[in-house]
Amino acid sequence: MNLHEFQGKELLKSYGVAIQEGIVATTVEEAVAAYHQLREQTGTEAAVVKAQIHAGGRGKGGGVKLAKNEAGVREHAGNILGMMLRTPQTPGGMEGPGKLVRKVLVAEDAYRPDFDACKEFYVSILTDRERKCNVIIYSTEGGMDIETVAEETPHLVHKEYIDPALGLQGFQARKVAFNLGLGGQAFKQMVKFISSLYKAFVGADATLFEINPCLKTPDDRIVAVDCKVSLDDNALYRHADLAAMRDTDEEDPTEVEAKNHDLNYVKLDGNVGCMVNGAGLAMATMDIIKLSGGEPANFLDVGGTADAARVEQAFRIILKDPAVKAILINIFGGIVRCDRVAQGVVDACKNMGNINVPIIVRLQGTNADIAKKIIDESGLAVHSAILLREAADLVKKVLA
Amino acid sequence: MSVLVSKDSKVIVQGFTGKEGTFHATQMIEYGTNLVGGVTPGKGGTSHLDRPVFNTVAEAVEQAGADTSVIFVPPPFAADAIMEAADAGIKVIICITEGIPVQDMVKVKAYLQDREARLIGPNCPGVITPGGAKCGIMPGFIHKPGSIGIVSRSGTLTYEAVDQVTKAGLGQSTCIGIGGDPIVGTTTREAVQLLMEDPETTGIIMIGEIGGGMEAEAAHWIKAYGTKPVVGFIAGQTAPKGRKMGHAGAIIGGKDDTAEAKMKIMEACGIHVVSSPAEIGETMRKALES
Repeated sequence: MNLHEFQGKELLKSYGVAIQEGIVATTVEEAVAAYHQLREQTGTEAAVVKAQIHAGGRGKGGGVKLAKNEAGVREHAGNILGMMLRTPQTPGGMEGPGKLVRKVLVAEDAYRPDFDACKEFYVSILTDRERKCNVIIYSTEGGMDIETVAEETPHLVHKEYIDPALGLQGFQARKVAFNLGLGGQAFKQMVKFISSLYKAFVGADATLFEINPCLKTPDDRIVAVDCKVSLDDNALYRHADLAAMRDTDEEDPTEVEAKNHDLNYVKLDGNVGCMVNGAGLAMATMDIIKLSGGEPANFLDVGGTADAARVEQAFRIILKDPAVKAILINIFGGIVRCDRVAQGVVDACKNMGNINVPIIVRLQGTNADIAKKIIDESGLAVHSAILLREAADLVKKVLA
Repeated sequence: MSVLVSKDSKVIVQGFTGKEGTFHATQMIEYGTNLVGGVTPGKGGTSHLDRPVFNTVAEAVEQAGADTSVIFVPPPFAADAIMEAADAGIKVIICITEGIPVQDMVKVKAYLQDREARLIGPNCPGVITPGGAKCGIMPGFIHKPGSIGIVSRSGTLTYEAVDQVTKAGLGQSTCIGIGGDPIVGTTTREAVQLLMEDPETTGIIMIGEIGGGMEAEAAHWIKAYGTKPVVGFIAGQTAPKGRKMGHAGAIIGGKDDTAEAKMKIMEACGIHVVSSPAEIGETMRKALES
């Protein structure tokens, strides 16, 4: 699960990580009020108005603006709230439709009073899959795309691996601060920043923290100016407060509906929908669709049960996408008996009545032969197959 | 011969008396697995499915000689169950549970580092040596004793491969479901190595998916030390970047962990890579003949 910038900062602050202060607003008036409150609290004259959507590169699409005064806040908040913000990371990129901005963060000018005396760093924490431990990745090249930095100047990207049993040690936090070229007060502040940040990462069961930029201010404080926070879905059961931060407005509505029905669905751009049991087989089925000349319209794992009610739910979700020209159901019955699934498909088709796209059902495993008979004798215009290769050929045939 | 589990394995189920544990323990017994008991804390001293229930894994090891454990404990308690099994001296720990937090697995991996136990999973279908022992949730009847070893990150896709192998007139030595999580106990390379060193395995099928570097690591190992034909498939050739495809570990992070990148490396390392999952069995049969 991803958090908005303002939520991520709230989380960081609760662990003692210094942040660029800000207040979230949903209307222009709220933004102006936020500006006044912020000016009182922090003494900031200028403020940054930042679009809150789940995508990076917001500045590139005009979603981050510096306001010199109240009038500026009013103007920028007015422009940003309600805009369709395109960034390189929104669906379709800079050419796509963009994402609707519903909230802005009005944040202090962390670079005051002397922009040139500031220094931007990059700090992230994630779990290294190969080494099976957490790693702090950091660089003096803040404010830039870290993948570009890693490609062009790999010697400027440092990594500090953390012992899972012992956690972050003092010398490691100091090493980060030294490698970033800091001394004096700024050095001490960075040590504290890194230590608190790591505590927050473990404490919140995060899968990614990316602080870019992490700023050294003119008065030698270290603050998180932006933050990207992703949390481990599997650990949300022990973080009810964080789970409540989920913003379904940022997700595809069909995906939200699928999730509410316990279906694992990801919307894609193709023309052949699919319904499969198991994630690996579902991905493989998408690949089969592509190899048969189609494009997968979705990923959908129905999980361990595939009765009529569930199959019907899955049908409804797949058919919400008008681009779907055919549906391939691929079930490998192990514990799930194929004849039950077949009956489910038949019942669901009859209940729904008007499915106007060809349906290919491939059932293999326990009672596959009985299942094929049920489908073939149902009187429905459903193509049935037992072998995966036969299913692939049928996809080719219906698309031709 | 086989690897990890055989008819001589003394198997217990952790989470024995729960719904999942009961259902699958029953299936395992029916298959002929030597199930010597199970563990449910608080129910020690009772009997379930005609097998003794123990309070701790240590008791199961002492009193029933258990050396293999299959874990069906819910996610919040699964990491603890794995560590308990390792501490008690269980040699092969197979964790079926899906949904264990990543940070829990980071701790588990550190805990297992200096211990003898081998962990398979979590979030996996388990391990089966056809005709010997079924330690997991896979449908037993699709398997046939034989000489093909299978390593896979997926459940039903493994069954698909097993079925194709059986239909191609071959059978399986041992099928190892290593699991779909970002951090797993046994990597693709480690599982491939076990099968490569098994004298009765003549060919290996390696099924991976998008995300992580395990398949590339295994491919480089195979190139250097491989002595048997390997057929490979990577699921998710059509998966978009940055989206989690069902499995917690199936997410493209960069340009190195796409299906395309992995398939390229595997091909360069001499693996028979198939782009269609329908061709796994036939390709294995042909690879053995050539």
